[in-house]
Amino acid sequence: MSFFALILLFAGLGIVLGYAAIRFKVEGDPIVDQIDKLLPQTQCGQCSFPGCRPYAQAIANGEADINQCPPGGEAGIAALSDLLGVEAKPLNAENGEEKPKLVAVIDEETCIGCKLCIQACPVDAILGAPKQMHTVIAAECTGCELCIPPCPVECITMEPLAKTLTLWSWDKPDSTKQKVAQ
Amino acid sequence: MKLWRFNGGLPSLAEHKNESVNLPIEMAAVPSQLVYPLRQHIGNAATPLVKVGEQVLRGQKIADAQGLISAPIHAASSGTVTSIAEHLIPHPSGFSAPSISITTDGLDKEVAYTPRADFRQLSVSELVNIVREAGIVGLGGAAFPTAIKLDNQSKSRRIQTLILNGAECEPYISCDDRLLKERADLVIEGVEILLHMLGAERAILAIEDNVPATFKSIQAAIVKKNNPVISAAQIPTIYPTGGEKQLIQTLTGKEVPSGGIPADIGIVSINVGTVHAVQQAVIEGKPLTSRIITVTGEGVTTPRNLEVRIGTPISTLIEACNGYTQLAKRLIMGGPMMGFALLNDEIPVVKATNCILVASKHEALTEKQAMPCIRCGLCASACPVSLLPQQLYWFSKSEQLEKAEKINLFDCIECGCCDVVCPSHIPLVQHFRYAKSALKVKNHEKHLSDVARERFEAREARLARDKAERAEKSRKKKAALKNKPAKEEIDAAIGRAKAKKLNQSDHES
Repeated sequence: MSFFALILLFAGLGIVLGYAAIRFKVEGDPIVDQIDKLLPQTQCGQCSFPGCRPYAQAIANGEADINQCPPGGEAGIAALSDLLGVEAKPLNAENGEEKPKLVAVIDEETCIGCKLCIQACPVDAILGAPKQMHTVIAAECTGCELCIPPCPVECITMEPLAKTLTLWSWDKPDSTKQKVAQ
Repeated sequence: MKLWRFNGGLPSLAEHKNESVNLPIEMAAVPSQLVYPLRQHIGNAATPLVKVGEQVLRGQKIADAQGLISAPIHAASSGTVTSIAEHLIPHPSGFSAPSISITTDGLDKEVAYTPRADFRQLSVSELVNIVREAGIVGLGGAAFPTAIKLDNQSKSRRIQTLILNGAECEPYISCDDRLLKERADLVIEGVEILLHMLGAERAILAIEDNVPATFKSIQAAIVKKNNPVISAAQIPTIYPTGGEKQLIQTLTGKEVPSGGIPADIGIVSINVGTVHAVQQAVIEGKPLTSRIITVTGEGVTTPRNLEVRIGTPISTLIEACNGYTQLAKRLIMGGPMMGFALLNDEIPVVKATNCILVASKHEALTEKQAMPCIRCGLCASACPVSLLPQQLYWFSKSEQLEKAEKINLFDCIECGCCDVVCPSHIPLVQHFRYAKSALKVKNHEKHLSDVARERFEAREARLARDKAERAEKSRKKKAALKNKPAKEEIDAAIGRAKAKKLNQSDHES
């Protein structure tokens, strides 16, 4: 008798669990989303993956290390190590080095309108038409430099960001500074 | 009148008012050049309405508000627009920003103003529009467009109390005090206009108890108007009692909620200089083109309270005060507690400039060697916002900015009380300013990366769609090729082409 009771009980639990699996299904992979959120979204591919999300996917699968993202830099590695509970390590030099963010600028005199840079841009930040001058939408440019190699006339340069008040920040007081006796 | 007390503050801060408080307001001469940064208020920069080479008159609108939170700018004298380009702006960054420069012609010709004798004839929305068009912003230093504060009709909240801020708590500054002494009647008329606009039940004009003569002149003006809802209050001189939230707490006992605005608790607080500007705009029809500025400090020969055309370079003001002294060390806009150092005196005064302090070495808060924090807690008892400065310092110093934000970093008013009481001379406010601006930059970068992610994903989706479409097309083509057309059809097509060609060559020959 108790044997049948157990069968019934387990069948009941099975149905409940099966229903819960459908009802509370989590779309996508939350850990990949979390990693992706910490990546700088430059989409430069220096990590050897075609974009930030693929890299996040690779980290989640254990196929890539957390120190392959130069634009994220040390701060990015620290954030990833915090999230994943692994040891932070220095940036892998093979992937490139950390440098300040730049923005691509097309020399409009030289541009021949070949569209190659438009195809290369991972965030659609270049505007232009065949045989018409192209230009970079500076506000959307992530500074990934992917447009530079395809350009046949080498008219794209990377330039430092314009100094604006939105990106200005007070200096951090230097607490190690010794005051010179006067 | 019952008064309340906010936490901490500095009751015995050296006031340094004597240098300028007894000096009457004098008109500063029109300078040869006026410079108008397009953003001299909180919100969007104004858009220029004039072109280089154009003649302008005093009171003419030269730049218009862009969007709701913005303010127009008016020329302060007649002359020619000489450039619309980058110019050094009064900002702690030392950056340049787009500005309109005008070379004055010395004639000081004005546009025709439309005076209005009785403001009660005007509807509230008409009055709000007058204030907006006059380019009036908070003259106490925040430079928030005043029209937005006064436009209360569309909002569900009700304003019970109007507070007029005449508590000039920062050392050295005396421009509001002089205004209240000399033009009390105009200010009280301005208060009546604001009461009419807001529908508030009462108005309280607050003055510190270290200027009893000013209190008398204000009371006389109130008695003259015989308006029972307007009252004046003398409040204890405790720095920073003139801070908006501290003043509200002193007068009403209510605290503005963290992250909120005074209107959330039924209060609007306005600086007395701004009230004067509103009176001028409504009654005289004059837009905001001048303001009162205290030029003081040991670094200037003759301290003065000057009514200055907005846009005047600071060098001209220093000349009007007979130049620098040997002691001049640092040029500060605002007071010694909350002001900021300027790069040079080419920088123009803007709407928010209430004081130019030419500080000597001991007047400027000099940097002393910071010693380690000993957790004495003096900063927490001095903080007028009841924050925990030592904890904020800990988190800011170690870059744990999110934690600092959680313990209300953004409620810090940067008054500098904690700096003054710290026995280890830690530049606390400097740390908090850094942490606040670093967080803002971080949030901005986060926004940019979100945009980049969205664009990247949209592009990926588009490429995938294109690929699928191409695959579909080639599949259809292949399928069509499989059911090959019959041989007769091909022969017929070749025949047609041949006939066409023959026809063409016939025509040509």
